[in-house]
Amino acid sequence: MGGGLVGATLDTLRLTAEEAMGLLERGEVSRAELRAAYYDAVAARDAELHCYLRLTEDAEGEGVPIALKDVIGTEGVETTAGSRILEGYVPVFDSTVAARCKEAGLSLLGKTNTDEFAMGSSTENSAFGPSRNPWDPTRVPGGSGGGSAAAVAGGLAPWALGSDTGGSIKQPASLCGIVGLRPTYGTVSRYGIVAFASSLDQVGPTTKTVRDCALLYGVIAGRDPCDSTTVDVPPVEVPDAEHLKGLRIGVPRELNEADGIERGVADSVARAIELAEGLGASVEQCSLPRSVEYGLACYYIIAPAEASSNLARYDGVRYGPREAGGSFDEMVERTRDAGFGDEPKRRIMLGAYALSTGYYEAYYGQAQRVRRVIAEEHAALFERYDVLLSPTSPTVAFLIGEKAANPLAMYLSDVLTIPANMAGLPGLSIPCGLSEGLPVGLQLVGPQFSENLLFRTGHALERALGFDYVPERLR
Amino acid sequence: MAEWEPVVGLEIHVQLKTRTKMFCRCESGFGAEPNTRTCPVCLGHPGTLPVPNAAAVEWTVKLGLALGCEIAGHALFHRKHYSYPDLAKGYQISQYDVPLCANGRFLVPGPDGDREIGIVRAHLEEDAAKNVHVGGAGGRIGGAAHTLVDYNRGGTPLVEIVTQPDLRSADEAKRFLQLLRQTIVELGISDAEMEKGTLRADANVSVRPRGADELRTRTELKNMNSFTYIARGIEAEVARQIEVWDSGGKVVQQTYDYHPETDALTVRRTKEEAEDYRYLPDPDLVPVEPPAELVERLRAEVPEAPGARIRRLEPQLGFELAEGLVASGRDRLYERTPGERRAVANVVMNQLAGAGIDPDAVDGDELGQLVEARDRIPRAAFLEALAHAGDPDFRAERYLAEAAVADVSELEPIVDDVLAAHPDEAAAYRRGKQGLLGFFVGQVMKRTQGKADAKVVNELLREKLSA
Repeated sequence: MGGGLVGATLDTLRLTAEEAMGLLERGEVSRAELRAAYYDAVAARDAELHCYLRLTEDAEGEGVPIALKDVIGTEGVETTAGSRILEGYVPVFDSTVAARCKEAGLSLLGKTNTDEFAMGSSTENSAFGPSRNPWDPTRVPGGSGGGSAAAVAGGLAPWALGSDTGGSIKQPASLCGIVGLRPTYGTVSRYGIVAFASSLDQVGPTTKTVRDCALLYGVIAGRDPCDSTTVDVPPVEVPDAEHLKGLRIGVPRELNEADGIERGVADSVARAIELAEGLGASVEQCSLPRSVEYGLACYYIIAPAEASSNLARYDGVRYGPREAGGSFDEMVERTRDAGFGDEPKRRIMLGAYALSTGYYEAYYGQAQRVRRVIAEEHAALFERYDVLLSPTSPTVAFLIGEKAANPLAMYLSDVLTIPANMAGLPGLSIPCGLSEGLPVGLQLVGPQFSENLLFRTGHALERALGFDYVPERLR
Repeated sequence: MAEWEPVVGLEIHVQLKTRTKMFCRCESGFGAEPNTRTCPVCLGHPGTLPVPNAAAVEWTVKLGLALGCEIAGHALFHRKHYSYPDLAKGYQISQYDVPLCANGRFLVPGPDGDREIGIVRAHLEEDAAKNVHVGGAGGRIGGAAHTLVDYNRGGTPLVEIVTQPDLRSADEAKRFLQLLRQTIVELGISDAEMEKGTLRADANVSVRPRGADELRTRTELKNMNSFTYIARGIEAEVARQIEVWDSGGKVVQQTYDYHPETDALTVRRTKEEAEDYRYLPDPDLVPVEPPAELVERLRAEVPEAPGARIRRLEPQLGFELAEGLVASGRDRLYERTPGERRAVANVVMNQLAGAGIDPDAVDGDELGQLVEARDRIPRAAFLEALAHAGDPDFRAERYLAEAAVADVSELEPIVDDVLAAHPDEAAAYRRGKQGLLGFFVGQVMKRTQGKADAKVVNELLREKLSA
């Protein structure tokens, strides 16, 4: 990519984290100069993009700086999850991923914007206002991790962490023209991550390149005694191969021909498939009929059900703002009414209903069974294919306000990412071209713990595609 | 009037005395300053996750085995939702459809034969915090000026045991609980003290015509914090229900508080709608799968059941004494103390208990010597020796040597002195005022500081006064 020093100033739009690491190691820039370069970019562009909810100018760490999505708990640094109900809440402990970043020397630049409790696909549900897409500030950066994605794409952070429940890392990466990994469920600790839907939430990197993505995944992945659902993770390999010889790619028809996939998106993905064949991969059409037909419906049972439970703790008793009330129940009602925005309220209601006596089996119980079917359907495909390929998002970045009034249209933004998430599988989104001047994302899904394979595949495709991640209007 | 039979089931909570809490590494907080044993996990801070306490899981399995339960190979933790300030997360982590222990039986011998009480389940959960409602009436949150919450207790491991409605009287319920408590104490998993709330029991009570096998509407009884109150509460509720049915009424499913001071039952305020706990398998926790080797190791550590021990001792001692010894945890001392069985049993059960001695600290052989000498030494000296029976270096021999002034040659001069000092009383006795014998015994005791053998003194006095 050849980014780095332009004259005497750092070009943060082009500089990858790996390059920044090299500059630090060789002593070509100091830690302070590097951080200052990003804060200059913040000063120049964040008023427009609104990536950050707060900056942490006195953070420790001698390495490359990093931005963290505001659902990631940080000791001594306010963590709101984009919600009024956590306004002023300052954790007394670091989430495991924040602690691992610190141990690796990564210094915190700030906390990035998110849809409230990570519920959304555009950051328009943030209680603190939406972020904007660096490619076109009239458009959304995707969500919920739109703040992290816009910060990386806009040169306001070398890399960032997000969290992905239904697509909150992959979809914003797609809409902002960068790389995003949703890791295998259980490979990255959820300890200290403000919970949305516990059986789906996973933290992962948002970066400019696949190599950066592998480097950052290596920092955060691994078993954590504080999270019983984590497992041991195979050593992470930073990819360098540039061919795909022997790789068997499956192209699920339902994920590539779904209603609502824009023509420009389909065309970019088709070109990427041709390139993959040129790099030596075999490509075959395949089918995931039930995963795609039922995935979204199933997700909108399970995620709200778990959310209604996870959000029960926000009652104003121990932390966060509290509204006065004449009784305990009234105090809690008023606090929650004032603290939660429409989307969390909507999901709490959906979820509480789905878990009610008499409905549990018909909704949550049934959705869990469908989830197993989805996992089995994917597992069967991985007997024939190494990687499944599709668009990440059916559309390029949409206009701010375009879908805000229609929750169902918004939910459909995640229709292509949700099936793999329901199956607990890792998915990598890389940019594969432009449609009407806006980035298109390519989703690569592999079997559990196949992150290294996804990195190799993504890296080879990235080199072949030669996509320029610097937004055209900022070049 | 029909003859009625009580039908009672119990729901029991046992607070485990693990060093740390159920899902975090906080020390268990009984007795500590309020809110000093807390951390982000047990305070329900955002992002915190539970990690199960392995000791608590093992202890629950052990208790389940002692209750004859099957141990689940794949048990689940569920979230039970309700909103109250004592619940930091808005839900309690508990177990629902797949508890660790299920389908047990517990033997409760009775004066008229054995009773086997079915155990529906024994599951592991976390305790709630403690609310202190300040101001207002009735100690309830409604109407209180404010409520203080002490989260020290929040997250302490708790085992819930649910019995079948197999108990047929208040007395049987009490005896079941006493044997259950003894089992728990012997397993070393809880202090199980009702007064401190480390053992709590609620009762589900109904009645039916004797001989019928129907189950009529039941009520739930709460607020009984001693074995006696549980028996009295159940008795009062049974009497109330019989009166309701006999007068042509219907028992309504409700929850009652028992007030031991007045023997009264009051209805707990009922909510407009039944509580819906919206149970959800906790996605933060993986299933608990106790390995078979562990279960077998724990099975081998479970002591012989109290019911079986009562049955074993009953032929020698009769039911009442056998049950008393076992239910109070004194039967092991009884068994290791040689001597005449009933005498040993009586000493262990009555005098030793009266002296507040820990039976486990007592050397059986030394106690046996004391019991054997019981009739030969003064009662005061016997009790004095008994009071020291739990001392680490207790030797019966020493006390017996000091105590027994039964030697006639030693006592005779003292008796002579006493008679010489009270010539008028001696004359009166000889004239027939035999009640004065006690006076002379008292005088001898005074001069020997109570060490004289009363039997020997009596004999000597009678002999000399009739001479």
